[in-house]
Amino acid sequence: MTNTIYDITRESDAILLVGSNPEEAHPVLGMQLRQAVQRGARLIVVDPRDIDIAKKAEIHLKLKPGTNVAFANGMMHIFIEENLIDQKFIEERTENFEAMKEMVKDYTPERVAEICNIDADDLRRAARIYATAERAPIMYCLGVTEHHTGTEGVMSMANMAMMVGKLGKRGCGVNPIRGQNNVQGACDMGASPNQFPGYQNIDKPGILEKFEKAWGVKLNPKIGTKATDCFPKMVTGEIKGLFIFGEDPVRTDPNTHHVIKCLSSLDFLVVDELFMTETAKLADVILPGRSYAEKEGTFTNTERRVQRVRKAVEIKGNTKPDTWIFTEIMRRMGYPQPYLTPAQIMDEIASVTPSFAGISHERLDSEEVAGKGLQWPCTAKDHPGTEIMHVGKFARGLGYFRPAAYTPSMELPDEEYPLIMMTGRILYHYNACAMTDKTEEINEIAHTSFIEINTEDAERLGIADREVVSVASRRGEIQAEARVSEKTNPGECWMPFHYLGGANWITSDALDSISSTPEYKVCAVKVKKINECAGCSECCCE
Amino acid sequence: MVRLTIDGFPVEVEKGTTILHAAEKLGIKIPTLCYIEDLLPDGSCRMCVVEVKNNGRTKIDTACTLQVSEGDEVLTMSEKVIESRRMTLDLLLSDHNVHCFSCEANGNCKLQDYAYEYGVSETSYEGAKSGGEIDDSNKFFRYDPNLCILCHRCVNTCTQLVGRGAIDTMERGFQSIIGNGEGLWADGTCESCGNCVQACPTGALVMKRTNKYRPYQAQKRVRTTCPHCATGCQMDLIVKDGKIVDVEGADGPSNHGLLCVKGRSGSFDFVDHKTRIRQPLIKNHETGEFEEASWDDALDLVANKFTELKNQYGGDALAGFACSRSTNEDIYMLQKMVRTVFESNNTDNCARV
Amino acid sequence: MSITSKEDLLKKQTEAQEKIDSYTCRILVCCGTGCVASGSMKIYEEMKRLCADLDGVEVVAQKDVPHIGIAKTGCQGLCELGPLVRIEPQHLQYVHVQIEDCKEIIEKTVLKGEPIERLFYKHDEKPCEHPEDIPFLNQQTRIVLEHCGNIDAESIDEYIAAGGFQAVVKAFFEMTPEEVVEEITKSGIRGRGGAGFPMGKKWSQVARIQSDIKYVVCNGDEGDPGAFMDGSVMEGDPYKLMEGMIIAAYAVGAKDGYIYVRAEYPLSVARLKLAITQAEEYGLLGDNILGSGVDFHLHINRGAGAFVCGEGSALTASIEGKRGMPRVKPPRTVEKGLWEKPTVLNNVETYANVARIILDGADWYRTIGTEGSTGTKTFSLTGAIENTGLIEVPMGTTLRHIIYDIGGGIKKGAAFKAVQIGGPSGGCLVEKHLDEPLDFDSVKKFNAIIGSGGLVVMDENTCMVDVAKFFMGFTQRESCGKCGPCRIGTKRMLELLNKITRGEGKMEDLDKLEETAKFIQSRSLCGLGKSAPLPVISTMQNFRHEYEEHILENKCRAHVCEAMKVYTIDPDKCKGCTKCARNCPVNAITGEKKEPHTIDQTKCIKCGTCMDNCSFGAISIK
Repeated sequence: MTNTIYDITRESDAILLVGSNPEEAHPVLGMQLRQAVQRGARLIVVDPRDIDIAKKAEIHLKLKPGTNVAFANGMMHIFIEENLIDQKFIEERTENFEAMKEMVKDYTPERVAEICNIDADDLRRAARIYATAERAPIMYCLGVTEHHTGTEGVMSMANMAMMVGKLGKRGCGVNPIRGQNNVQGACDMGASPNQFPGYQNIDKPGILEKFEKAWGVKLNPKIGTKATDCFPKMVTGEIKGLFIFGEDPVRTDPNTHHVIKCLSSLDFLVVDELFMTETAKLADVILPGRSYAEKEGTFTNTERRVQRVRKAVEIKGNTKPDTWIFTEIMRRMGYPQPYLTPAQIMDEIASVTPSFAGISHERLDSEEVAGKGLQWPCTAKDHPGTEIMHVGKFARGLGYFRPAAYTPSMELPDEEYPLIMMTGRILYHYNACAMTDKTEEINEIAHTSFIEINTEDAERLGIADREVVSVASRRGEIQAEARVSEKTNPGECWMPFHYLGGANWITSDALDSISSTPEYKVCAVKVKKINECAGCSECCCE
Repeated sequence: MVRLTIDGFPVEVEKGTTILHAAEKLGIKIPTLCYIEDLLPDGSCRMCVVEVKNNGRTKIDTACTLQVSEGDEVLTMSEKVIESRRMTLDLLLSDHNVHCFSCEANGNCKLQDYAYEYGVSETSYEGAKSGGEIDDSNKFFRYDPNLCILCHRCVNTCTQLVGRGAIDTMERGFQSIIGNGEGLWADGTCESCGNCVQACPTGALVMKRTNKYRPYQAQKRVRTTCPHCATGCQMDLIVKDGKIVDVEGADGPSNHGLLCVKGRSGSFDFVDHKTRIRQPLIKNHETGEFEEASWDDALDLVANKFTELKNQYGGDALAGFACSRSTNEDIYMLQKMVRTVFESNNTDNCARV
Repeated sequence: MSITSKEDLLKKQTEAQEKIDSYTCRILVCCGTGCVASGSMKIYEEMKRLCADLDGVEVVAQKDVPHIGIAKTGCQGLCELGPLVRIEPQHLQYVHVQIEDCKEIIEKTVLKGEPIERLFYKHDEKPCEHPEDIPFLNQQTRIVLEHCGNIDAESIDEYIAAGGFQAVVKAFFEMTPEEVVEEITKSGIRGRGGAGFPMGKKWSQVARIQSDIKYVVCNGDEGDPGAFMDGSVMEGDPYKLMEGMIIAAYAVGAKDGYIYVRAEYPLSVARLKLAITQAEEYGLLGDNILGSGVDFHLHINRGAGAFVCGEGSALTASIEGKRGMPRVKPPRTVEKGLWEKPTVLNNVETYANVARIILDGADWYRTIGTEGSTGTKTFSLTGAIENTGLIEVPMGTTLRHIIYDIGGGIKKGAAFKAVQIGGPSGGCLVEKHLDEPLDFDSVKKFNAIIGSGGLVVMDENTCMVDVAKFFMGFTQRESCGKCGPCRIGTKRMLELLNKITRGEGKMEDLDKLEETAKFIQSRSLCGLGKSAPLPVISTMQNFRHEYEEHILENKCRAHVCEAMKVYTIDPDKCKGCTKCARNCPVNAITGEKKEPHTIDQTKCIKCGTCMDNCSFGAISIK
């Protein structure tokens, strides 16, 4: 996020929420969003479903999945057409506006309405509300990124904000709401095939050398392979050995059949885990690591805020801190990694990562920080951290408009698979449920996988509410309880991805062309009754 | 700026400041039952009354609502004030099921604390109690109207802070209780976040798990960050006998004391869950079963096998994925391991999935 | 048709007046709540039916063509004597009109102009032909109620004919908003809802605040038991209220108004709805009223029947769709009222004064009433009084004048004991207060309030502890439950009062009662809570001896408290007929035939059946 949750929920006049269901996926952020609406902020929701917060929205653009880029281009078309743009901001802070203008010229509200299956006047109203608000943030989530055009979607959000000058000030900004607790930190920490910690590009002159010097070892200069691209390479034998730390790709990655095939092709799979996950079952060695409550460390939240994680308990058995495990492997493979405490590791991070240079456990625990964490960039021991990014100047200098044309999703519905299926999160579980399904009460509330399907489609298919149905795509077939309502548009359905034997058996492994993020939000499926009625007179059909 | 004295201590505060805040500035604590910071005062509990003299006039009013005036002489513990607070407590106790011994909130109850502090050991009134049935329908917590003092902290939390509005005061007058309007708590729009429970000053709303410990038995409270989504809520893990028994929301910069159902109730059962793997496991390829191993054996196997593969196929044939749920320090070390000993840049995290 | 200018309005007025004048005869049937309850709607329908049959019949009157107007009017005042019917132009007032009388009225009075004497009100045996002959009516000063009973409450035309909306014209075209506020301020009018806050001050505060959105809200949540002043205005002359609100909106710069009507007033809601529809059709509500550029939209909101919604912040909360509970102030309603916007909140009667103040001026208004309490006040006069009903008198009128001259004295010649004034938030006035002026400040001195204007007259057969218990029971039931003092305190007080009237009281209970009353009075969150103990405080002040009698002597002098009634049989009068013994449900009465009977007090449940059955007057209560 360029801004903080505090300023965008408490100091904004309008909020543009795109492809995000914070009430379920980020509930405490959702609560603050509801407070914002109560305070009087005008909410625009852009989402293919009637998510609950849409009830509080002044406008809900219930657009067709996979059409975010067209939507954004349409918004910008209206900004220009109705002269709602921030000319001064564009002139002083950005470049390539003319190309952008040219690109969105054809995206008239009527054409966009057609593509997105929304009302042109609603789009106009939304554009006016967002553009004319003194302070208005864009908040978005996986509804924007999890498409094969996800990167273009993200750029489009930035393009909109730049065009109306809503960046670098309080209550504004472009704010991706990151998913998992430390997904921001994972990216920051260099678990990335092309970047060292702090987004230092491997191929940038001097960077590799810097780390070789810091770590005292010769490093491989070749850009690595993204995780999602690794899987096919396992089948081809290009990747032979894999160490998975706490991930469960069998459950979280698209097209489960394929994932299992890939992992099974490996020569050697090591998993560092808490539980016997579906992925762990395929491992050659399982190393029992520790959970967040059994270790010291830090998480970085969606606001780039580094906050402390503290050890509360130690459980019986023979588990080991994960950093100890990595250190041991390094040592046993010949690298003289000293045993470091998490605090010492953070000091090392700070020493090689300019944006973390001012961060240490000692400082995070200090009275100065007072439990408020530190937001990177925090470049020196006396740097207060950065609440809002791009104030006065963008990181790269001038903000660059990157025009993106709308292209349809990779897998569109056809005669055989007539429905678009999206996936997402529900309130009660998190991702693969490894943690949440250990709480009995949660399981009692949310125990079954389901598929939300439109009443019209359900009627046509003869499916009743709460009936268990079959959902199939080109990649597989699963069962789920049907939830029949108007929440999704006709022709569209939605499933949570948390459950075992759930949505990812059938999701598409088409990837974003730039980030390689899978297109979880759009695949083509067919839904059908499991058993045609045999007239047995014993079932519900009476 | 307005100048006044509180219990004789001079203080200068901005116009519009309430007496409660002005006193806070001096470190003088005024008792409250219904007050929630940042919200318009509910003003219903009447505990925070203070005596204010100004211009020869004396009044007693609630410190949470009363704004300072130039020259106010505020007394927070005058005889009249104490008498009024005693009366407030007397009335509250007259409609309260006083069974502190078996109450989950024993030792964590503001009514109990204040009654003790003001020497109100029992009510001076006879008469009926409003009563009502315990609503046990929520999976995580229960509401006992017999212990409810109608301070509305739960309602104000749910409507104004959580923004859910799942509960409200129902019925009128003496019969007032808190509920979802019609039917049971769990039948409404409640998300089970439990922020109402944390807001409750008595035992009216308690987490069901609280019966496993007394707050004062907690051996420690550990401030940490929630392990679920990226909001980064701050919370306290409450540890008793080496086990996490409860979680409470803490005032963090991104959550301001709030938690969701996952943070409050889904973030500790798994820690010491019976299904945790507690010993290194090596798969016996003949049987297909995992067998327990020593750390040395497991780590040697891992190191040897990866070294072997690296030597045979090169570092690019190895990869290591980090977990977006783990700490920065873990992830840093993981990628360092991949880069230094796998000699590969095939490292990534689950940001994409 | 649309009225888009002041000229249009004048034209309409002439037209409407001509229409009224064209009637050879008008039958004004009182359709206020009281008369509706005694069957006036049936009278109205019957009159309509009978007149329809008259087509072409010659009427002995000034005009040639028979043309009879029948109107449903608002309250004509003498609720006790309903259904009421007035005949114009003869100006005859009939009371207790029954269905059977309708034919005769048409045949005699309407067609031949003959009065029917037996339908006249009799004062000291003398029939009163015209309303002005009735003491109850001729001693009032009617400003708020001037049209009430005189115009068809469902016809905006009749209101216009009577000069309606001329105050709007004057305000819009001859006065600036500031001048309107100034005139109201100068008039000295104080809010009639209870607290008596100066109306002009409220308006000027709202007018001064810069805000795009402001509201004008009318409190029609008249919840006091026995009060029906506001209801009568809303039913009888909804247009006058509307006109006041339009002027208020103009003065403070509001574009929307809400009338909050209590659920128990369906007739008010219906009449107001009709009035709003008619005004909207004429363009007297809506955008650009009378071509002045002023926009004002009026909405009706039905309450859910909670007494507490008469409290300002609870009322606005209720309009917003929230639970009607008071909130702490500041911020006050004038700053943050409805939907947190600056809001003028006045009650029905207050708004109903506005038009006349604007038309006749503040100076004229100040000539009525007293220095500190200008204008008139409506009261609903109920209880142990000969003539119950709705009255309007100048502020400062004495209680004696109201009870004896207007009300005709205590019923059945009983002795006066007290008057409960101001409803459950008020207190009682007694003998010694009879000659004190009724105005805001005087009444307050006696631990009572003018309140919204309920006057319940009580005679010697009233037990004051029971009265206190009645009002306490009311406030206890109606407490919103927000703050402890009111929620729990009123319950505890009621329990103590119950204990005393059950004959189980102790003298310490009086101290506890007083202590609790004072606590509630000083520590409750809202005005309603603060005033809830007033009936107890004031009865204890004026009738402490009655409380003490209940406790010390187990005696209720008014014989009201069941537990203290002692039924006894006078052996001299008892003939031994056994009827009482046979009817006693608990067999408490024994005695030989033809011998005097006795009541076993330990068995007696004080039901009074024996007394009702005794043909010899031998049984009495001691």
